[in-house]
Amino acid sequence: MMMKTIIINYGMGNLNSVRRALQECGASVLISKNANDLDNADRIVLPGVGAFSEGMKNLHAGNWPDAIRLSVRNPNVALLGICLGMQLLAERGYENGETEGLGFIPGEVKRMSIAGKNERLPHVGWNEINLLRAGPLLAGIDNQTDFYFVHSYQLNPRQKDDVIAETPYCGNFASVVQRGNIFGTQFHPEKSSHAGFQLLRNFLSRSLLDA
Amino acid sequence: MRDFNCSATFCLGRCSMLKLRVIPTLLWKQLGLVKGVGFDSWRRVGSVLPAVKVYNTREVDELILLDISATSESRAPDYESIEEFSAECFVPLTVGGGIGDIEHIQRLLQVGADKISINTAALENPSFVREASHHFGSQCIVVAIDARRLSDGRYECYSHCGTKPAGRSAIEWAQEVEFLGAGEILLTSIERDGTMEGYDIELIRGISEAVQIPVIASGGAGNYHHFYEAVANGGANAVAAASMFHFTQQTPLEAKQFLKAKGLPIRHGHSLRYS
Repeated sequence: MMMKTIIINYGMGNLNSVRRALQECGASVLISKNANDLDNADRIVLPGVGAFSEGMKNLHAGNWPDAIRLSVRNPNVALLGICLGMQLLAERGYENGETEGLGFIPGEVKRMSIAGKNERLPHVGWNEINLLRAGPLLAGIDNQTDFYFVHSYQLNPRQKDDVIAETPYCGNFASVVQRGNIFGTQFHPEKSSHAGFQLLRNFLSRSLLDA
Repeated sequence: MRDFNCSATFCLGRCSMLKLRVIPTLLWKQLGLVKGVGFDSWRRVGSVLPAVKVYNTREVDELILLDISATSESRAPDYESIEEFSAECFVPLTVGGGIGDIEHIQRLLQVGADKISINTAALENPSFVREASHHFGSQCIVVAIDARRLSDGRYECYSHCGTKPAGRSAIEWAQEVEFLGAGEILLTSIERDGTMEGYDIELIRGISEAVQIPVIASGGAGNYHHFYEAVANGGANAVAAASMFHFTQQTPLEAKQFLKAKGLPIRHGHSLRYS
């Protein structure tokens, strides 16, 4: 059976690219502006391109935060935040002022700071992920596989256990996070070719939450 | 020539740890995929959509899609077609041709482009580069520079798909667009375009030494060694090619295996297993 997957449309980002990639990976996908649609979802995707403060403002305007919290209480439902969508999982962000986030992942979102002399922001391009621990989202994906990134801010989880993989840029930042049925990727799986598809298929897999 | 035997050497170079990209360029007019020589003698080489699909299966790092008749026909980008192409593209997609204002960029991003390539509009109105990068971020604004070598060895920029000299030095223009906020330069040698005789390394080196932003080498690639030269001798961060992928048996995947063996930092894709 196909996973009923809702992509949250809060006016931030490349919804069609995410939809197409999920469809290619076998999902039945609805892009929704209506928080009530979450009632029927097995999988929820929070995409996003833009600033933290505007993202939260738009989520609140669509009554999404409470609806998402309610949905993910169901242990069979999983949420994936992509790029800004992952950052919004944090407790707060500091892009365009301090803003409270969704609070699923204890930690904060701050601007990256250049560590190497040839680093530049935004961090744009293909870069690798270094696996810190096994997670169902990365099943079948090798250590140091490259994914496609575009961002200037990073999520700093307070609990190391929430970090599944890091990427060596501006020091090391968390590029994949998981806390229970809440997942996040700082990179764009929908633009990361076969490796991105593998990750999305894992997210859609029925055994994702078995562990 | 820099030493690239160790990929760590490259990592200390211009672009930190980011991977070198191999990018097929798709030129299209009136829905047909075309390729010319020296920005002229266009011949039809197929349709765009099947090409996008094929490249997706071959683990390319990015695709560049340029509508070469939009500017000369004074029309806006063909959003419907681009939406159709982007729906089959699961790597970053750069779109160019006919882009003249902020609304064009907005709509192209909406229909699935990840980056926008501007040439003529930037030469005619340089502040457009500033405006565009301010609105959408430098990371999605690529300035295409089409350059022709002058008899004194300098390079001049051309607009309108290589037909109109802009009276500007390519190196100075590259520095100016970097200052204005361009995130990347797509650098094409008009004379080498379509010849498959190799990139104009002097042009690539001149520009990549003059700016900090990534430079995509384009125009003249005919074999994998040409890619290596553009990076090792020219300092390019990415290599683009059209004819060699259209007209020869060479593939982006093999190109990456070749460059990997030469010690360059190549993307580790999911289905690729390098020895």
